Amino acid sequence: MNWLDIGSIEDIPVRGARIVKTAVGCVAVFRTDEQEVFATSDRCPHKDGPLSEGIVHGKSVTCPLHNWVFSLETGEAQGADEGSIATFATKVENGRIMLDADALQARNAA
Amino acid sequence: MVKKLVVIGAGMASGRALEHLIEANKDAYEITLFNGEPRGNYNRIMLSPVLSGEKAFEEIVTHDAQWYEDNGVICRFGEYIKEIDRERKVVVGSNGEVAYDKLLVATGSSPFIIPVPGKDLPGVIAYRDLEDTNAMIDASAREGAKAVVIGGGLLGLEAAAGLKARGMDVTVLHLMGHLMERQLDEAAGYLLRRALEDKGIEIKCQASTAEILGTDKVEGVRLQDDTVLDADLVVMAVGIRPETRVASAAGLDCERGIKVSDNMCTSDPDVLAVGECVEHRGQLFGLVAPLYDQAKVVAKTLLEEDATFEPKEVATKLKVTGCDLFSAGDFAEGPGREDIVFRDPARGVYKRLVLEGNVIVGAVMYGDTADGNWFFGLIKDKTDISEMRETLIFGPAYQGGESADPMAAVAALPLDAEICGCNGVCKGQIVDAINAGATDLDAVKATTKASASCGTCTGLVEQVLATTLGDDFVMPEAKSVCGCTDLSHEDVRRLIKSKELKSQAAVWQELGWNTPNGCHVCRPAVNYYLLADWPLEYQDDPQSRFVNERRHANIQKDGTYSVVPRMFGGMTTPDELRAIADAADKYDVPTVHVTGGQRIDLLGVKGEDLPAIWADLNAAGMVSGHAYAKGLRTVKTCVGKDHCRFGTQDSTGLGIKLEEKLWGSWSPHKVKLAVSGCPRNCAEATCKDIGVICVDSGYQIGVAGAAGMDVKETERLTDSTDEEETIEIITAFMQLYRENAKYLDRPYKWVAKVGLDWVKEQVVEDIENRKALVARFELSQTIYQKDPWAELASPENAPSFGPMANLNLEAAE
Ligand code: SRM
Ligand SMILES: Cc1cc2nc3c(=O)[nH]c(=O)nc-3n(C[C@H](O)[C@H](O)[C@H](O)COP(=O)(O)OP(=O)(O)OC[C@H]3O[C@@H](n4cnc5c(N)ncnc54)[C@H](O)[C@@H]3O)c2cc1C
Ligand code: SF4
Ligand code: FES
Repeated sequence: MNWLDIGSIEDIPVRGARIVKTAVGCVAVFRTDEQEVFATSDRCPHKDGPLSEGIVHGKSVTCPLHNWVFSLETGEAQGADEGSIATFATKVENGRIMLDADALQARNAA
Repeated sequence: MVKKLVVIGAGMASGRALEHLIEANKDAYEITLFNGEPRGNYNRIMLSPVLSGEKAFEEIVTHDAQWYEDNGVICRFGEYIKEIDRERKVVVGSNGEVAYDKLLVATGSSPFIIPVPGKDLPGVIAYRDLEDTNAMIDASAREGAKAVVIGGGLLGLEAAAGLKARGMDVTVLHLMGHLMERQLDEAAGYLLRRALEDKGIEIKCQASTAEILGTDKVEGVRLQDDTVLDADLVVMAVGIRPETRVASAAGLDCERGIKVSDNMCTSDPDVLAVGECVEHRGQLFGLVAPLYDQAKVVAKTLLEEDATFEPKEVATKLKVTGCDLFSAGDFAEGPGREDIVFRDPARGVYKRLVLEGNVIVGAVMYGDTADGNWFFGLIKDKTDISEMRETLIFGPAYQGGESADPMAAVAALPLDAEICGCNGVCKGQIVDAINAGATDLDAVKATTKASASCGTCTGLVEQVLATTLGDDFVMPEAKSVCGCTDLSHEDVRRLIKSKELKSQAAVWQELGWNTPNGCHVCRPAVNYYLLADWPLEYQDDPQSRFVNERRHANIQKDGTYSVVPRMFGGMTTPDELRAIADAADKYDVPTVHVTGGQRIDLLGVKGEDLPAIWADLNAAGMVSGHAYAKGLRTVKTCVGKDHCRFGTQDSTGLGIKLEEKLWGSWSPHKVKLAVSGCPRNCAEATCKDIGVICVDSGYQIGVAGAAGMDVKETERLTDSTDEEETIEIITAFMQLYRENAKYLDRPYKWVAKVGLDWVKEQVVEDIENRKALVARFELSQTIYQKDPWAELASPENAPSFGPMANLNLEAAE
């Protein structure tokens, strides 16, 4: 994998999110715990709600527009709703957040 | 000729290495042991009992003079090695050189000192060796001495507990949100904090040290928020760094630590290293267990035998004085994980297992750590736990049994099984009470006290009722806040007050939440309850708020936002209107609308522009209108007696005063007011949450109106002849609503539940109570009546509205 440093983990509040602009559109980077981050597409499959603005709980996020809940691990909508969001590999190293640059490009090319 | 081995550092690692070496072959080397500390090897871990007074230093010495003599070890204690000359194969000590054939570097770690002004003052110490320990003991001997410990990790807390045991006044400052964040999750950190606070240790989290104060010795600590704490002693326990100075000066390969290969050799095959000073496969070490494994390998390598150091998974069984903690493996990092959480609030027990697929990868336990080693074994062996997943958290004692349905499990409980932990009520007592006629929950509560305290056993009590009464008992419908708890909003509010729960972690733990940190339904409610009940102690959590309240703007369907500046009492000025018009132009606002709340809405503002447009509106004297808030919205007024031929009182003036008093306050749902100058009611005051109709004789105060999804006329709370009294009564009503209503109940729904008569009693008849309500409201306003726009538009907050990175730009560059 080709890890890309996108910023300090401190830039995201615990149980908050920020976005990263990429060639494949906005990627939402969630910090679910002191040292835990996930990255997904920022667009809700329902009506394009910005997921980075949702409430983060456990390892899930609730869309701010109509409360669909997505697992940040699998990208699947939870409960009765059906749909999914793209997920991207992340890791935290020495307080820096890394995104898998290949995945972002690969999707772009496809 | 016997080969010469020189060892730098007589610490826990080198002590063990020498033991193995000497045991295997006493005559292989002539050994010279240098130590910076003026003494030989001792058990550093046991400095804490020395500090607290439970042990004397002599008891923790691992190798005494006799041992060195018996084994022919030449001791050079109190002598620092300043230089290693690898060319000539000698080390240079303060009292001269010694030649070596093999050299073992075992210099341990040095404490990290945060680079703040005053760090070098006498009285500022670290916690690493006997000197530090003695300095602490000396400082605690003075009457009334105060200590500040910087760092809420293992060492800092041990220091704090020891100093407290010696009678000092101790405050711990911790930079992160909860204690020992690297070993514990938030819930366990909360329990630990509570236990330490019970001992009388004061704990401040998110406290960042700005400066250590004092002229010729330490006198205090100043925090970044300008709080000043008095201190006679400051202990810095913020972390350690591998002590690599002498090794790297000698040109040995060092990164964070001295790099060693699997046989513990450094980049020079005649130089070995062991202990906390080394870096092995990129990993550093801070606990003794792996160092002991390294020591074995060192001995073998020195004897020219093959050996490989394999780092193992380590568990931390923490011994923070008097608290039972266990943490093992990896419980916070990485995707693809699931949690199993168990809480027993009555016993103060918390357990969490982190699963990845069918194996446990991490465990955190507090209060009951008996099963720690069993879980640690499962982690190490990567045991497939899918068969026992349901009962896993209960530990080894429960494995092999069938997972019963809860009803059958309750039925099977023996009569002496405890149901209510708070009040010590057994199943038998409840069954007896039921047979004696207590056939519903309230009756059982009243006769046995079961479920009358924390309420978490309510479900169990109901199950006992159901199994005892059979079909005669109808299980009440669950009306819990959400899937994270069985408690109702009312229960949660009551328990937050009665049990004095002042943090989210406290609520999750004490009320037995079954998720790590709630969900989008309960978290905003709990955040509100906490800030309403504990305005001074609790800190509002933006991450627990719906986007509108977090961004202080209403999100639109296309992801843009609307911006509504406050216009007190619906009044504005040409200057304000010009500033609004300018802002609309400058930020390309597509829609400008006059709202139903007597003010102006700028719709379609881009998220990234929010801080800038707010700064412009602030500059013209306007603040947020909280058009997004579960809080005070608008106070509509009519033009009143200054202009209108029918006006009786100054309705506009009263509306402005009310809005100035109430703005910025958060409430269970939005609150809207209006003041009309006469019963013609041009401001529509009779369908507001709180509405005043001015009449010749004074003011008619109505509450609990509605004009949204329900339409309902206000009910008359009281009449007043006095403007000031009117404001006081309204403020008291607002506070009563804030303190008691369920989240998302507008006042009309809440008043319907509690009854207007009760409300009248509280805010009209009982004048003392009214004043107390007003005082509590005013106290809360000292914290919350502030313009969020001004705060968020500030240079340190504004960037969070934009992307954290723009990879498109980087690619283009
Ligand atoms: C802007 C405004 C419409 C307008 O252009 O006039 C408006 C706009 C919204 N109203 Fe309203 N309401 C507005 C006056 C009203 C009024 C009239 C009034 O305040 O006198 C009512 C009826 C009175 C009342 O509050 O009940 C009103 C009853 C509602 C309701 C129903 C509340 C209820 O308890 O039944 C909602 C839904 C809710 O809050 O759950 C709502 C919700 C909303 C939201 C916040 C919907 C949302 O959640 O996104 C709208 C936000 C639009 C935006 O992006 O800014 N709005 N809304 C008015 C802003 C007033 C202000 O200056 O702050
Ligand atoms: C208060 C306290 C409590 C602890 N509790 C625990 C616990 O519960 N569990 C656990 O696993 N670990 C615990 N630790 C950590 C544990 O003590 C260390 O991991 C261990 O001591 C490291 O051993 P070491 O031999 O690498 O270094 P050390 O034991 O630090 O020994 C290094 C020695 O080298 C000397 N030295 C350094 N440079 C030179 C030089 N240039 N010349 C000569 N001498 C030099 C130093 O003076 C020191 O005496 C605790 C530590 C402290 C301070
Ligand atoms: S409230 Fe009464 S006095 Fe005021 S404008 Fe309306 S009708 Fe006129
Ligand atoms: S847009 Fe996300 S739930 Fe509707």
